[in-house]
Amino acid sequence: MPSPGFAIENPVFDPAETLPRAELEALQLERLRALVERVAQVPFYRDYFTLHDINRRSIRCLDDLRRLPFTTKDDLRRHQPLGFLAVPRKAVARIHGSSGTTGRPTFVAYTAQDLKTWSGLCARFLVAGGLKPEHTVQIAFGYGLFTGGFGLHYGVERVGAAVIPAASGNTRRQLDIIHDLAPEVLICTPSYALTIADGARELGMDPRSLPLRFGHFGGEPWTEDMRREIEEQLDIVAFNNYGLSEIMGPGVSGECAARNGMHLQEDHFLVECLDPQTLEPVAEGEPGELVITTLTREAVPMVRYRTRDIARLYREPCPCGRTGIRMGRIAGRSDDMLIIRGVNVFPSQIEEALLRVEGTTPHYLIEVDRPGTLDQVTVKVEIRPELFSDRMDRMQALRERIAREIHTVAGIRAEVDLVEPRRIERFAGKAKRVLDRRSLSDGN
Amino acid sequence: MKLQQLSLFLENRPGRLGAPLESIAAAGINLMTLSLADTAQFGILRLIVREWELARQVLEHAGWVVNLTEVVAVDVLDRPGGLAEALKVLESAGLNIEYLYAFSLRRGDKAILIFRFDDPDQAIVVLKAAGLHVVDAEELFSHIAVGEGAAEAMNANEGE
Repeated sequence: MPSPGFAIENPVFDPAETLPRAELEALQLERLRALVERVAQVPFYRDYFTLHDINRRSIRCLDDLRRLPFTTKDDLRRHQPLGFLAVPRKAVARIHGSSGTTGRPTFVAYTAQDLKTWSGLCARFLVAGGLKPEHTVQIAFGYGLFTGGFGLHYGVERVGAAVIPAASGNTRRQLDIIHDLAPEVLICTPSYALTIADGARELGMDPRSLPLRFGHFGGEPWTEDMRREIEEQLDIVAFNNYGLSEIMGPGVSGECAARNGMHLQEDHFLVECLDPQTLEPVAEGEPGELVITTLTREAVPMVRYRTRDIARLYREPCPCGRTGIRMGRIAGRSDDMLIIRGVNVFPSQIEEALLRVEGTTPHYLIEVDRPGTLDQVTVKVEIRPELFSDRMDRMQALRERIAREIHTVAGIRAEVDLVEPRRIERFAGKAKRVLDRRSLSDGN
Repeated sequence: MKLQQLSLFLENRPGRLGAPLESIAAAGINLMTLSLADTAQFGILRLIVREWELARQVLEHAGWVVNLTEVVAVDVLDRPGGLAEALKVLESAGLNIEYLYAFSLRRGDKAILIFRFDDPDQAIVVLKAAGLHVVDAEELFSHIAVGEGAAEAMNANEGE
């Protein structure tokens, strides 16, 4: 991890961030019990509790969380709009919606207290990542149903810094504002940060000469490579944060100056890391699906919400003194998970392995077959000039190296197929990375 | 003294060899010789042409991954033991040959071989010191009648 270009100070916005683990867990237990009582207002949970005879006395320790039901995105959709509301409608202070990639948005409501909690949680990670009251922050997130813009906006105000609500799009105008108002901080998606750098170059400006000093990026999965790109192109320090509208929005977790994983705000969220297939906890440090229970949310409390986001959790103490466990980058979606000879594999792991071999991305395809009884994985990688040698031994060594990296990262043996340029189909939007042919042959 | 060799990455499936050769033929470029190294899955096609810069452009434009390597052409007597003599020289100098292939035409009583060395410059010094004749591009191409090399190379390839 590159060290930030400024001295690492360690201000903590809220003393709750450094609660000793025992106190934190006692607080979580107390809040979990209260949650069971509150969600009994929601028919979805009430029916389950009645059937399984669950009440606040059923929760004796944090592990008893596992007696509670999961909640999925489909459950939320089936009860739209606002079927999960746990407070009277008149107590609702704001309504956001999740970006509906599939049809209508899923609405989420907030009470006035929820909004206060939310801005406080955003303020925590902003301060952990260097924000000070004297700073000016340009927010280039969408303002609207999407939780990013308003969530961060009130977080920045809570810290006492100045907000420029530039909203998303119109890169030229973003650059004019950066030039005229000299904000030190940029908040947007990581890919938009790179668009801003591109835009500056197109206008004949050096993006490194912009007054920006650091940025808080989120709203989409990104990689360490992308972080390096952003930092190099804009000459800033880039921080990662995580959240999702079904749970609240940004503020579920965020990086401190150590930038070694995102601290989960555990006094407000109880987080499990489960095998998406068995729904049992994964081994320490292994990637699993994050399942989040909101401990304080009033309007739409969520019990064991299956985020489908795959990440690792780290429990070792962080030098910053925050006691919340840390989560790694989102490594994929559980919907994309492949089971190869019983091993859970995410396409993102294959990508991670390829990233370790210079020049192999971005074009690859994972093919899965079952010629007999065993799964067989072939990773097709387009050859690029920097990978190609006239020597056969070098080419064989390249194949072996890719296979070795895949085995190291994903734990599976894959056949590596080098293919000619442009042999892997290009897609306008999200690239198709997996071709699973097993279901065609045996109905599995 | 060195020759420029173009190498191409090819998938090992029917019809792949013809496509790049057609591209350079269409540009009016003569193929002097070629060699193909392959596995069940992919192959490396190596070409010697006079207009290698143009050929490279044409091939890259057509979407091939092309690599440029310096190789050394040596002529040896076309009789039993001719190659063995040259190899002995290289061996005793401790020079490593990555691969070699024969030119498909003769020059008088000599056969021309293409060598790929780790260190072509040192190889040239050793070969010359041993009295072997290193053929440079100018000499090589001036002795080859236009069209002859390409035709023979293609014929040789059909046997594969």
